[in-house]
Amino acid sequence: MSKKRWVQGLVLVVLVALLGFAYQTRQVSHAGESITAVGSTALQPLVEAAGEQYTGEHLGTFINVQGGGTGTGLSQIQEGAVQIGNSDLFASEQKGIRASSLVDHRVAVVGITPIVNKKVGLTNLSTHQLIQVFTGQVTNWKQVGGANLPIVLINRAQGSGTRATFEQFGLNKHRSKTSQEQDSSGMVRSIVATTPGAISYVAFSYVDKTVQEISLNHVAPTENNVTTNKWKIWSYEHLYTKGQPTGLTKSFIAYVESPAIQNTLVRQLGYLSPNQMTVERTATGKVTRTGGA
Amino acid sequence: MKTTQQLEKQLKRRSKAAKLEIFGRVISLTALLLIVAVVVAIIGFVASKGIATFTSNHVNLWDFLSGKKWNPGITDANGKPEVGALPMIVGSFLITILSAIVATPFAIGTAVFMNEISPNRGAKILQPVTELLVGIPSVVYGFIGLSVVVPTTRALFGGSGFGILSGTCVLFVMILPTVTSMSADALRAVPRYYREASLALGATQWQTIYKVVLRAATPGLMTAVVFGMARAFGEALAVQMVIGNAALMPNSLVSPSSTLTSVLTTGIGNTVMGSLQNNALWSLALVLLLMSLVFNLIIRLIGRKGRLQ
Repeated sequence: MSKKRWVQGLVLVVLVALLGFAYQTRQVSHAGESITAVGSTALQPLVEAAGEQYTGEHLGTFINVQGGGTGTGLSQIQEGAVQIGNSDLFASEQKGIRASSLVDHRVAVVGITPIVNKKVGLTNLSTHQLIQVFTGQVTNWKQVGGANLPIVLINRAQGSGTRATFEQFGLNKHRSKTSQEQDSSGMVRSIVATTPGAISYVAFSYVDKTVQEISLNHVAPTENNVTTNKWKIWSYEHLYTKGQPTGLTKSFIAYVESPAIQNTLVRQLGYLSPNQMTVERTATGKVTRTGGA
Repeated sequence: MKTTQQLEKQLKRRSKAAKLEIFGRVISLTALLLIVAVVVAIIGFVASKGIATFTSNHVNLWDFLSGKKWNPGITDANGKPEVGALPMIVGSFLITILSAIVATPFAIGTAVFMNEISPNRGAKILQPVTELLVGIPSVVYGFIGLSVVVPTTRALFGGSGFGILSGTCVLFVMILPTVTSMSADALRAVPRYYREASLALGATQWQTIYKVVLRAATPGLMTAVVFGMARAFGEALAVQMVIGNAALMPNSLVSPSSTLTSVLTTGIGNTVMGSLQNNALWSLALVLLLMSLVFNLIIRLIGRKGRLQ
């Protein structure tokens, strides 16, 4: 009996200790400030790295970064469930989002290039040929001057920012034929690398030696061509806030937009800085020259 | 007088054991209620979201179940959104049935070997191997499928290698251990005297297995197969990696197609809560949930029928 009492007492003590510990840690994380950024997986590495640097420099703050996709990011910020919504698209381009309540902060630019399997034997296509390939008007690579291989289309999932950008600026708003869909750029690259006749599209930072990038109308997919808009398939990466940001959110976004991040981290991770651009583009695709850097 | 009153009080008071019993009952009842609440909440949530496609977005139920075009973001010539789920439903069923057809003979064969032919070796080698197979995470199956099965399919049958055939190969290995161990249980449940009687009548071992043991275990074996099918139907990750995720009616076993689960996992992060695209995905989830319930019902029916015999 006394042994049983002992065990009960011990359990009680442990419970109280755990509750106390939980209470204490709760207090601490409240004393410091924390914000949450959710959304685009394409932008996630940058926000994560910037968040780590920021919290390293500002002790007691915490920046929680999660993926989930552009749609998740925009719907969470619209509901006010998080402080920052990461998006590959302008909020007005996403269905179901009231863009007027959100404030846009463009922190990076991403160039997107078509990639093909090496066996296709092509390094250049015209925009017209690219549209023919993706809408299914041609089904074999020899019809556009390549090897005798059937064309295998690989798309990103519907609603993906990369896909929306590619269809708008690469295919001149033509819709791709229904085909295989993959939900990540890494997966797309490995499938294109191993499947003969495959074509898809990824951000510049995902291109490596296993796949062949495609020039369009003899314009190469390079960062310089993106900054002058000679290469048209690029998009902004957005941090959205609900209303004007305040407090930690405000200073974190200012930190990401500052030269300290724009000239180092943004470039190291394979993005371009909006400061490098000599043009500006609106949500509807209207381009204006800004002179720029 | 006073003593009788005291005695009455003492007798009417709850004993310590009785109090403990009530305490135990309350705890287990609370656990039960909690789980029931969670299940009801999940079903309610999925149903309310899934039905919104038909009530607030005014999609025709029949169009949803029989349409062949899946482009929730786009409206067709009549101004109706393209939310035809038939390709996914067909894909899910094809892949489930095919993998069950392939897995069943292997599973029953293994179970017969483990129980009837060589129980010793079965227990020593096959049992641990089957249990090991159960423990492998589905992403590992998917990865092996992507790097081994897909290229092999491509080399043998042409196309891109992504499709129902690759999905079937992966799912076959995934449901095999489940079906095997449940079949083994079913065989073990056959009373020993059935076998003894059969052998005493002069039947060979094969005749005993085929005419007596397997017949007696049929309800259990069927439960095992349906259970495997339920698992195959709900598997998402591994299938998604090898099936190609093209919302097209499968016109051959090696053409890219999709299942309910693969469309759900690729699409849910790219849609906005409350939009038609999102609701349409919830409707797919509802179909998936209803199908799991149907599988459960079938298992129960088989179980009841087995008991009546």
